[in-house]
Amino acid sequence: MTQLAGIAAQFTELMLAVLLAPLLTGWVNQCRAWLQNRSAPGLLQPYRNLNKLFRKEVVLAHNASPLFRIAPYLIFGSLALAAAIVPTLDIDLPLNAAADAIALVGLLALARLFVALAGMDVGTAFGSLGARREMMVGFLAEPALLMVLFTASLISGSTSLSSIVHTLAHKQFVIYPSMAFAGVAFTMVSLAENARIPVDNPATHLELTMIHEAMVLEYSGRHLAMIEWAASLKLFVYSCMGLALFLPFGVAESGDWPGIVLALPALLLKLAIGGAALALIEIMSAKMRIFRTPEFLGTAFLLAVLAMLVHVLLGG
Amino acid sequence: MLAHYGPQLINLFAAILLLLAFAMLSQRRILSLINLYAAQGFVLCLTTTLVAALTGQHHLYGSALLTLVLKVIFLPWILHRLIRKLNVKWDVETLINIPATMLVGIVLVVLAFNLALPISQLSGTVTRSTLGIALASVLLSFLMMITRSKAIPQVIGFLAMENGLFFAATGAVYGMPMVVELGIGLDVLIAALILGMFLFQIRERFDSLDTRHLERLKEH
Repeated sequence: MTQLAGIAAQFTELMLAVLLAPLLTGWVNQCRAWLQNRSAPGLLQPYRNLNKLFRKEVVLAHNASPLFRIAPYLIFGSLALAAAIVPTLDIDLPLNAAADAIALVGLLALARLFVALAGMDVGTAFGSLGARREMMVGFLAEPALLMVLFTASLISGSTSLSSIVHTLAHKQFVIYPSMAFAGVAFTMVSLAENARIPVDNPATHLELTMIHEAMVLEYSGRHLAMIEWAASLKLFVYSCMGLALFLPFGVAESGDWPGIVLALPALLLKLAIGGAALALIEIMSAKMRIFRTPEFLGTAFLLAVLAMLVHVLLGG
Repeated sequence: MLAHYGPQLINLFAAILLLLAFAMLSQRRILSLINLYAAQGFVLCLTTTLVAALTGQHHLYGSALLTLVLKVIFLPWILHRLIRKLNVKWDVETLINIPATMLVGIVLVVLAFNLALPISQLSGTVTRSTLGIALASVLLSFLMMITRSKAIPQVIGFLAMENGLFFAATGAVYGMPMVVELGIGLDVLIAALILGMFLFQIRERFDSLDTRHLERLKEH
């Protein structure tokens, strides 16, 4: 019975992530447009884009390999799996026994690997340029993300995201100074990983400054739709990971169905605030030179290391 | 409620103070540097108020007020006016590149924690665990003074170092006597004013605020 309930909760959470991810992207775009004094596109615009792209015909380059065609599905699949690991509504997730925070970072790396391979596959200049830049950002961001997760793991004594959320949300409320450092580091990493403004501009049309967009220039039709959906999903995964680590309140205990019903509006509220904060950060900062990125992410890594140090030295 | 969360909040503020010290270390722009200094003063003021509320040491309210007026409002205002008058808008030059500086900073933090550990074990205050952080922010400000080549960031480093010392005093022994605190506050104020004059003199003499010019003793 509990097994069944767990599987149901897991499935609900996965569907919720997949369906809500474009909405979060739409909300961030809307907030950004408001802050820039532009008239905002509708909240449902990402869904309309996806719908349009799914109907369009796929144009493939002559020299595209099979990898180019299956990559969008692999990327989407690994990000959907990553979304299923992060506890959003309730902490009793069967997948959590199989995959912990380190596996989550691995899944994100797998998605990045296929984006980069697909970018290089057709052999255009921009594709391989984007892929190289993406790998540069990735190899710097990954250790910082791992350090942030390790800080939370040190606090809870486990690398499983469920027990991290359980320790932070359901035990007695304690203020962890180390999480202040980890929070700043995590914000920096997620800005870089989600192709957001100080590192990359998701709305850019200037090829020389692109990172993410340059890799997917060759995609069209349903492949592009899958990739864009996966990008939204990635933003969703990072937002939920941030919420799970730094604002885990409202996530239900295992088997607590009324709690799960209450957890949904709490999650939506937290995501709305988080999305608005992301738009605000993007408005306030200017895009930096690509060669400043190592310094930016190096700072994030050092802050994450400092978070672990503060945890060990302050003793909590 | 306050008795339970108070010490935790102090630890949090201490961590934010350390975070701000690192932000100052990595900052390239003078304007942001001044704003960070003001923010550090504000966190210091909050911490002092909290310690005062927790321990019932009423003179600490006075020093919190002093911090607010002097370090959050007055000194940043002087610094803003100074850079407007000196017309300095350049990015801050560093002698070592910033990631290396941050690495040295982390080593300093570990060192400071190790140094403070035996002292804080002797101390019986609620804030004893923050002593390491206070020492670390003093050392980080030192580092900032050493690694910057222009005069204004060095002045800000000096002022930030005083913030760290003040925090150490609050953390280790619930603050110094009021007379000493007033004296130090005035000292810092006067130092900022004199250093301001000094900056004008340096610029007049060398047409630049780079303190490396001062290394030469003779004129050529």
